[in-house]
Amino acid sequence: MRESPAATFEAQCRARRLAFQVAPDGSAVFPPRLAAPGTGAPLQWSVSAGRGAVYAATVVRRRGEEPSSVVLVDLDEGFRMMSRVDGLAPEDVRIGLRVTARFTEDDPPVVFFVPEDAA
Amino acid sequence: MRGTVAIAGAAESDLGEVAPGLTPVDLMVQASLRALEDCGLQVSDVDGLFAATTQLPMATLNLGEQLGVRPRYTDATQIGGSSFMAHVDHARAAIAASLCDVALVAYGSTQRSVGRSSASVQEVAPYEAPYRPLLPVTGYALATSRHMHEFGTTREQLAEVAVAARAWAQLNPKAWSRGALSIDDVLRSPMVCDPLTVRDCCLVTDGGGAVVVVSAQRARTLRRPPVHVLGAGEAHSHRHISSMPDLVRTAAAESGARAFGEAGVRPADIDVLELYDAFTITPILFLEDLGFCAKGEGGAFVEGGRIAPGGEVALNTNGGGLSYCHPGMYGLLAIVEAVRQLRGECGERQVAGAHLAVAHGNGGVLSSQCTLVLGDETTL
Repeated sequence: MRESPAATFEAQCRARRLAFQVAPDGSAVFPPRLAAPGTGAPLQWSVSAGRGAVYAATVVRRRGEEPSSVVLVDLDEGFRMMSRVDGLAPEDVRIGLRVTARFTEDDPPVVFFVPEDAA
Repeated sequence: MRGTVAIAGAAESDLGEVAPGLTPVDLMVQASLRALEDCGLQVSDVDGLFAATTQLPMATLNLGEQLGVRPRYTDATQIGGSSFMAHVDHARAAIAASLCDVALVAYGSTQRSVGRSSASVQEVAPYEAPYRPLLPVTGYALATSRHMHEFGTTREQLAEVAVAARAWAQLNPKAWSRGALSIDDVLRSPMVCDPLTVRDCCLVTDGGGAVVVVSAQRARTLRRPPVHVLGAGEAHSHRHISSMPDLVRTAAAESGARAFGEAGVRPADIDVLELYDAFTITPILFLEDLGFCAKGEGGAFVEGGRIAPGGEVALNTNGGGLSYCHPGMYGLLAIVEAVRQLRGECGERQVAGAHLAVAHGNGGVLSSQCTLVLGDETTL
């Protein structure tokens, strides 16, 4: 194997694309891995449109730091990922909120989400 | 396998904040010697070792070295707080296969003394780490948010779990937190990960324990009344909270069905419930997934002091991980309490007429679920 699933994902992030994998039965797979869960079948890469809804939400409160959002987002293609929602107060991030993916300026860029109507 | 093995000895190590310099394996040794003394067996009788702790990746090697045991069967399965229910299940398989005769299951942790960050080395989860979750509490907070969203569970209902645990702890001289605690106190405590306050979260203590597992036949020849393993079930569904298929449905539904099915009893038959309470949401989820109430009704189930002393359901009778002791992997102490309740040794907190108990362990972030159904001699 010349390129790990992590390296492929990171390269896609650098191109500001949220990559995920698809199993032979069409189901979406995330996070990136070597084989389809349950069957071991090979996976194909695909790129998400970056739209989804908040599935679960919390606010992390570390001593001496500003409260920060941590969410699980269900992407419309059928996979789930941990992320955060920017663009509104962390305690106002509600389950069901429609969100759109963005990338940070970090190296490598990190996927985060903003409310869809702010996108 | 129903009733083939029994827990013959059970003990805690020192708990809370232990003497400076004591190590995790010291606490394992201390608990092991107490558990062996409890049933009247010797170190030299032990030929199977089972142990886990976050601080020692090869825990049975440390335990064997310190005790001077060269086991013919060893199992250091590490699946978090549920490890010890799995160890008991594995011990009975090993005993049934004549791979060992006297199985010692041990745990020790000094996480309070050394600090949580050095006691529990968190593996890096590359697809979660950029978002800086405060693990494990963030995982449980996410599940709680989902339970509240789907079923209307309230923060007051969550607080009921903490308040009931405290009331049980007030009956247990060994409990770490025994001061008064009200629903309001829980609600007004500092938020850690919304909607969980610090009082929705388990203690951070030192501690450990041990149990001795032998054939039921041999247990009857020993010092204490045997506590029979009537059923056991194991299941796990994920490692990371972002990979949990459904945040309000745990693999306890599978482990519980296996354990109850084997034991031939129903949740309604159980007299004492020891359900891992790392956070106030966990007993609510396990009451549902083990079948004590329907999915989504766990919040209502715990209302009105129902799980507190004097309530209808005896849950976490030692005060649990929330108020008695939580060294990081509480499961072994849940087994110890179930054993003591079934032997009628619990003094002020003793549940009258306790014949059947469930000890349920949880590991990771709702990842691993292991269930034991235990019973006294009348339940065979």
